Amino acid sequence: MRPFRYQHAPDIGSAVSALAEAPEAAYLAGGTNLVDLMKLEVAVPDLLVDVRELTSDRIEAHPDFVRIGAAVTNSALAADPVIRRRFPMLSQAVLSGASGQLRNLATTGGNLLQRTRCPYFQDLNTPCNKREPGTGCSAREGFQRDHAILGASEACIATHPSDMAVALAALDAVVNTEGPRGPRAIPLVDLHRLPGDEPERDTVLEHGELITSVDVPQLDFATNSRYRKARDRASFAFALVSVAAAVDTADGVVRDVRLALGGVAHKPWRATDAEAALRGAEASVEEFRRAADAELAGARPLPGNEFKIPLARNMIVGVLSELSGVPR
Amino acid sequence: MTATTSIIGAPVDRIDGAEKVRGAALYAAEHPVDQPVHAFPLQAEITRGRITGIDPAEAMSEPGVIAVLTHENAPELASAQDAELAILQSPEIAFHGQLIGAVLAESVEAARRAAQLVHVGYEQQAHDVDLHPARPDLVKPELVNGGFRTDTAEGDVDAALASAAVVVDEVYTTPQEHNNPLEPHATIASWTDGDLTLYDSTQGVHWVRESIAAVFGLDQQRIHVVCPHVGGGFGAKGVPHAHVVLAAMAARLVAPRPVKLVLTRQQMFTIVGYRTGTLQRLRLGSDAAGRLTAISHDAVSQTSRIKEFVEQTAVPTRTMYAAPNRRTTHRVAELDVPVPSWMRAPGECPGMFGLEVAVDEMAIACGLDPVEFRIRNEPDTDPSTGRPFSSRNLVACLREGAQRFGWAQRDPAPRSGRDGRWLVGTGVASSTYPVFSMPGTRATIRARPDGRYRVLIGAADLGTGAWTALTQIAADALGVEMSEIQLSIGDTDLPYASGAGGSTGITCWGSAIVDAARRLRAQLPNGEPIPDEGIEVTGTLPDNPYAGQMAMHSFGAQFAEVRVHADTGEVRVPRMLGIFAAGRMVNAKTARSQLLGGMTMGLSMALHEHSVVDPRYGHVVNHDFAGYHIATNADIGEIEVDWIDEHDPYVNPMGTKGIGELGIVGTAAAIANAAHHATGIRVRDLPITLDRFLT
Repeated sequence: MRPFRYQHAPDIGSAVSALAEAPEAAYLAGGTNLVDLMKLEVAVPDLLVDVRELTSDRIEAHPDFVRIGAAVTNSALAADPVIRRRFPMLSQAVLSGASGQLRNLATTGGNLLQRTRCPYFQDLNTPCNKREPGTGCSAREGFQRDHAILGASEACIATHPSDMAVALAALDAVVNTEGPRGPRAIPLVDLHRLPGDEPERDTVLEHGELITSVDVPQLDFATNSRYRKARDRASFAFALVSVAAAVDTADGVVRDVRLALGGVAHKPWRATDAEAALRGAEASVEEFRRAADAELAGARPLPGNEFKIPLARNMIVGVLSELSGVPR
Repeated sequence: MTATTSIIGAPVDRIDGAEKVRGAALYAAEHPVDQPVHAFPLQAEITRGRITGIDPAEAMSEPGVIAVLTHENAPELASAQDAELAILQSPEIAFHGQLIGAVLAESVEAARRAAQLVHVGYEQQAHDVDLHPARPDLVKPELVNGGFRTDTAEGDVDAALASAAVVVDEVYTTPQEHNNPLEPHATIASWTDGDLTLYDSTQGVHWVRESIAAVFGLDQQRIHVVCPHVGGGFGAKGVPHAHVVLAAMAARLVAPRPVKLVLTRQQMFTIVGYRTGTLQRLRLGSDAAGRLTAISHDAVSQTSRIKEFVEQTAVPTRTMYAAPNRRTTHRVAELDVPVPSWMRAPGECPGMFGLEVAVDEMAIACGLDPVEFRIRNEPDTDPSTGRPFSSRNLVACLREGAQRFGWAQRDPAPRSGRDGRWLVGTGVASSTYPVFSMPGTRATIRARPDGRYRVLIGAADLGTGAWTALTQIAADALGVEMSEIQLSIGDTDLPYASGAGGSTGITCWGSAIVDAARRLRAQLPNGEPIPDEGIEVTGTLPDNPYAGQMAMHSFGAQFAEVRVHADTGEVRVPRMLGIFAAGRMVNAKTARSQLLGGMTMGLSMALHEHSVVDPRYGHVVNHDFAGYHIATNADIGEIEVDWIDEHDPYVNPMGTKGIGELGIVGTAAAIANAAHHATGIRVRDLPITLDRFLT
């Protein structure tokens, strides 16, 4: 780990200013990902500004939305009665990630900004465009099991690791930030970027822009929602594919639906093509399969992760069937 | 000595348990030493070639850095015979991650940081790390690990296969896997007046002393190795690996200050050995009644070019089932890879995956129940030598296990079990492990007139309960309470003991203790009291008069229930049962734990463990616990372990057979066979991941 300076800022404005003056500085909240990357010297900030106590650690329930402070821990978020009642998939998503110890320390803001677990990204001895732009993508012709099938580029096939973010993407969450140019509200689906030819940039955040809270708009039928995660081990493993879904059916017809996928792309993947195919469709295994196929038509797998297409398709069909009460 | 007493066989709690729970038990890196220097290894970033230059200047300018050890300033070693240990003697690089030096600093953080600032130039050569069976350059080794013959042949396998009513001919593979004991490998080394002290996490203090003495050209008496507790080894700590030499070299550079070296988890994926991947072609022939007429097992594995290690994959096949025509072979690919080594049941563990899945396939092809098929092919004598078995209770294990597991209620048809979206199946496989004996162990007993006994032996406790079991054995042999015994182990100042390997520990160490107790009693005929000056006797591991006349093995039967999700292919193992026949159990509690641990590790092998090698870079890509999956609590369902009462008077005076490795053998096959029963899909390549079942 490289030597670094560490400081507490008295308030959010000071924290933002501190980073504005230090191009290599980073915010530190739970540190569950950043500190690991610093040990590996994948992340080499010269200054850590501790923001854990600057943002709210409260969950505020309003009639139209729920505001989650950026410093709310994963454990607290998953256990919150309002979240569990209104957005069960969000609680399930958080609980499916990491371990109890990590969830106790990790924060909502940090969770959204965790970096890919691509093993080549984490290994200084192998080329990686995300870590060192222009050096190449080792994963593209290497170990691809965990990698993207949607939205990847020649430069990068890494996946975003968060489970929480997938549920938040399905729920149309909005990320509130404070930055050098003032506050912003960024729809979560726009927060993370596809790699393109700039895979080193994970998000649209500017340097020094701090996530202060996440708003989850009220969605009545989200009480009928689910997060389903398939992985190579029963716990403590990143998603091969995950599905976050909420469904509103009446008289055997899908009135509305929210669907997002994890483990398939550089960002939480909102399945808009599938959603469009489902709205107004009959709630049936056949229609669910058609919708899944519509979403996955654009998939470009590699030899090591072709299995993610049938996996994602089957999981979409499975989760939608369960939520709609369609027998299989 | 074969009768069960109130002490032998009892489920005695670990005598070192409280000490461990309090954190007072010292592990290698925890021994208090004055002003330690911390060493962080430097590792080759190429796979084959040579170092053209090393610039330590930037590293040396970091605060706290004391020295940078490289091949340019390393001491010349007395022996380069063991090329794994003869590090820093030249600029040549033989595998990715090979040790090329170390940074020595006042803190481990400073050393690790400065290691990134040592600039190394390389001249790179083309490398080859690709294990595959079609290689034209496979080598026939002289012997395989354990000293077994490379090839065996009896009868005419080809003719028998040609005329067999049923033939199974398939290839089974197991991947490269890494031992990951809870305690990483660690060494503290210090030189005082030319004497070397090592606090080392090892399975055998005397084995370390022998190896390191040879490497440095020292009289063995000048090396003192201490290791009272080990946080697991599984074979990785069986023989010393290169980091021990690195620590000793580094300590010489900064003598008299001690050097502390603790490997990171990532470094363990290169430096401390691994289970090589195997490719196994099994050919079985059977007559119409389901009796095997031919068994052929051809195994391919890999070794490092610099030091040969050949997994004895096909060796258990020589002993398991009767058939008049038999053939086993081992071939090895010599690659630019780290040196493979022991991992819990080398040979037996991967080899019995191939054999026991093939046997399952053959049973089904013959229309026979897999338990019944195995019983039908039980040999009367050891098929490979013709010798009688000292004891062989595989059939009893299969029958007892089948009865307890509810095997009779099983519908043999694949895909016949279902619970909601889960496909449910059951499977069985046999386990076996040889009864080895390692020579040389001695144990000393010092008796005092107050009735206290000191028992001294350089044995190791890997966390398996040796402290407790050896105390039980001594108390039983001396006819006193356990509280009267004060045991000392884990130190080369104690009498020589062979290491904890090949499931021999309790047998070799315990036999020497029993021998010492006999000698003590012989000195006190008719129950005479112990004289005021006390008595000291030393016992040895006696020669076994039956060695070479009888085949000695332990056996077991493992049953597994496997669930595969119809949508996702996720594999779960809610239930396993292992019934074993392994002679006399010394401690029912620690024995159960060892067998349970073996089955857990076998489940992990079946479903998760896979060291993924990237052939372009020559390294293991998933070299951490995020990427290298080991079963977690959530992966383990209900595991029931038991054994049948087995009295074997031939293996040794205690009648013990060794259980450290038996539990892992066969688990993966039982799970693979159950997964086939659940799904109808036959997985012949480990690990059994969800993608195998997706449609």
